[in-house]
Amino acid sequence: MEKALFNYLLRLADSSLIIGHRLSEWCGHGPVLEEDIALTNIALDFVGRANALYEYAGKVEGKGRTEDDLAYLRNERDFFNNLLAEQPNGDYAQTILRQYLTDAFEIHFYEALSTSKDETLAGIAAKSLKEIQYHLRHSSSWMLRLGDGTEESNRRLQNALNEIYRFTGSLFETDENDSVLIAAGIVPDLSAIQQQWQKDVDAMLEKAMLKKPENVWMQKGNLQGKHTEHLGYILAEMQSLHRALPGVKW
Amino acid sequence: MDLLKLQESFDAKIEKGDCIEPKDWMPDDYRKTLIRQISQHAHSEIVGMLPEGNWITRAPSLRRKMVLLAKVQDEGGHGLYLYSAAETMGISRDEMIEQLHSGKAKYSSIFNYPTLTWADIGAIGWLVDGAAIMNQVMLQRTSYGPYARAMVRICKEESFHQRQGYEIMSVLAAGTHEQKAMAQDALNRWWWPSLMMFGPPDADSPHTAQSVRWKIKRETNDELRNKFVDRTVPQAEFIGLKVPDKDLKWNEAKQGYDWGKINWDEFYNVIKGNGPCNKERLEARRKAHENGAWVREAAAAYAAKQQQKAAA
Repeated sequence: MEKALFNYLLRLADSSLIIGHRLSEWCGHGPVLEEDIALTNIALDFVGRANALYEYAGKVEGKGRTEDDLAYLRNERDFFNNLLAEQPNGDYAQTILRQYLTDAFEIHFYEALSTSKDETLAGIAAKSLKEIQYHLRHSSSWMLRLGDGTEESNRRLQNALNEIYRFTGSLFETDENDSVLIAAGIVPDLSAIQQQWQKDVDAMLEKAMLKKPENVWMQKGNLQGKHTEHLGYILAEMQSLHRALPGVKW
Repeated sequence: MDLLKLQESFDAKIEKGDCIEPKDWMPDDYRKTLIRQISQHAHSEIVGMLPEGNWITRAPSLRRKMVLLAKVQDEGGHGLYLYSAAETMGISRDEMIEQLHSGKAKYSSIFNYPTLTWADIGAIGWLVDGAAIMNQVMLQRTSYGPYARAMVRICKEESFHQRQGYEIMSVLAAGTHEQKAMAQDALNRWWWPSLMMFGPPDADSPHTAQSVRWKIKRETNDELRNKFVDRTVPQAEFIGLKVPDKDLKWNEAKQGYDWGKINWDEFYNVIKGNGPCNKERLEARRKAHENGAWVREAAAAYAAKQQQKAAA
């Protein structure tokens, strides 16, 4: 059970950290000052959540690993984040779309997780849920602005959708850890979450005047640590200083 | 009321120490001086996000990453209040941004220096924010109301920034040989540019005397600079770092430090655009603005459509 929970916590923490990293790349480069501030703020929420989840994962594992050990000292094949999180920022449309697809998943997932029988996890989820409500409001409002804004903004958003929709299946990937933890009432069943997500996303795409890509082959593999080539560069950058001076205090 | 009476009532308010508010009459030069100063201050906050943003993705621990994100976000927020304060004087944010991008408006030259190592993030918080605070504490009592009130809010956050910077430096200074060397190197590079942040010596400062008369400034560049040296040198000594000034010496009689000469040639060159990162900083700002044009257009088009729908 501890092993399953540890793996599952890494999956959640890694997804939070990696998308937080991507959002933080916008800092100072946003399309308008208010968005610069909003994205930085959202990035901070994700890194904060990752921090809490890694800290708990370290405790569950019981080998004395800290949150920084888990974030900075694992390699590509040991990261389990969903593949959507690691996709590049692209233009603002791609960032907003990646965020909306993530938020629409997280709102249902973390709501369910906030009733987990594991109290620590339920606590982290409840705190995250408040943040996710804001994230979803932010990304939904931009989905509409870009989708129903100008011809150019609609075209860019549609291109982004055609480009990254194939990574959304990875949000719902499951493995043997799921069944153990579902049975114990610790985590929700992702297939139920997926249905809610699909319903919300379909409705949003229609409102934002977008065409849902048909017959998409979903890219998966993250739970076996199989990623797109982007992750290696994220980790190389993120971990460089921490690894250059191993074992020191920062 | 004729102009003379308006001027007299303005002067009387300044004399008494009352705030000037947006609707009050004010001399054109007072308005121009404040627009220049507040917009320059706002631009500094925004451009200042770049050198620090440079280390967010590489921050060496999650805690440091979170603190840095929060700090850079605060700076964006400061930029927002300051642009709003300047807007009360009848200039739009778009105009101010245009002036920044065309090179007509300036920003603090300190941000034209590169952040080469992690210790630079500590040095910026400790020295650059430390120097900025000296100025900003004074500006809480500046004569223009909206600017003074923006400063009260900003000062609270800046003192947190200064503390986190000093804390980064103290951890590095107490760390391994490599960490300590990194901290000392950052102090060596940031010390003199930080002293330059207070602006030219009083004798050569074109705006200081008038600004002091108008109570926009309450203390002169040199007074603030000396205060900063007196406060910062003991902080460096406390964590075992050496201020890179061979002439630095405690002067018992004046109860302050005597210190060396600033290279003003370097200062004026960086202002002119010859600093190590002037080109990169402006380029990054222009590029963000240009790449964001279609996003702003989309938001405006969407808002217009919504308004039309509501009216129909």
